[in-house]
Amino acid sequence: MSKSHERDETPQDHGHDHPKHELSFYAKRIYAIRDLLLEKGVITEKDIQCQIEYQEARSPANGAKLVARAWVDPAFKTRLIGDPKAACAEIGIDATSINEFVVLENSEKVRHMVVCTLCSCYPRPILGRPPDWYKSFNYRQRAVNDPRGVMREFGLELPDDVEVRVHDSTADIRYLVLPVRPKGTERLSETELAKLVTRDSMIGVMDALPAVPTS
Amino acid sequence: MGRAVTSEQTKFKPGDRVRVRTDDRPGHIRTPYYIRGKIGWVERVYGEFLNPETLAYGRDGMPRRTLYLVAFNQADVWEKTAAAKDKVLVDIYEHWLDPAA
Repeated sequence: MSKSHERDETPQDHGHDHPKHELSFYAKRIYAIRDLLLEKGVITEKDIQCQIEYQEARSPANGAKLVARAWVDPAFKTRLIGDPKAACAEIGIDATSINEFVVLENSEKVRHMVVCTLCSCYPRPILGRPPDWYKSFNYRQRAVNDPRGVMREFGLELPDDVEVRVHDSTADIRYLVLPVRPKGTERLSETELAKLVTRDSMIGVMDALPAVPTS
Repeated sequence: MGRAVTSEQTKFKPGDRVRVRTDDRPGHIRTPYYIRGKIGWVERVYGEFLNPETLAYGRDGMPRRTLYLVAFNQADVWEKTAAAKDKVLVDIYEHWLDPAA
């Protein structure tokens, strides 16, 4: 984060960056803890930078790759649902930091949606950092209380005979939704399919993107 | 999936109806308020995990606790109508569950 902030040129400057705008209580606290850890030699600037790079390297592209492979390869889909971490390893995605990983397969009749009402548990190795709305009180409350209303705001209107299953990931399990393959995508390559798999479709609040007609 | 457990080791099996305990105590708890006292059924037994409610305080998390995927009808959780088939599914540790008729 330090690179993105303006350099603090006050006399308090001591080798790393602080943002200039007014900080919240929690931001002040975290910077204070960071400074102490650095001063005491518990961690180094390099450790922090490595961790930031590691966090940034994980993105929804990992999940999209898993989903697209599952769409084109039914045997892979079976393995993905049976043993998600092994399936990740198979295509070069490091999911080892997840305690347990469960894939929820959507169909025309059953839709899954994931929330963590207690905090913001999220399959980070597969989807990267959660979006801010995923961590908001609003989403965390309404996902369990009015999931159809939330989906509607994402542009998805479901008929009443579709079963909506909201998973509240309160414990050691991390969930990934396997969205339905959009119609009319039979001729697309795995790489082209992966572009239709959005982060939000893997949280379950919307569908994968429709196929773009080729002219 | 967690540490494997046999059906002899667990209090509940898939299909069993369960009621979530209404305990209220301070500290790190993994059972959300909205689901306490509600009746649902076991969908899946996930296995045994170190207890996060003691791990959070730097203890060893022993004894391990069996974790269940418990399903609830939306209409049973919220006092309002919902689409008939809609469900909320919550991961709940065994010590938060009682048998329900």
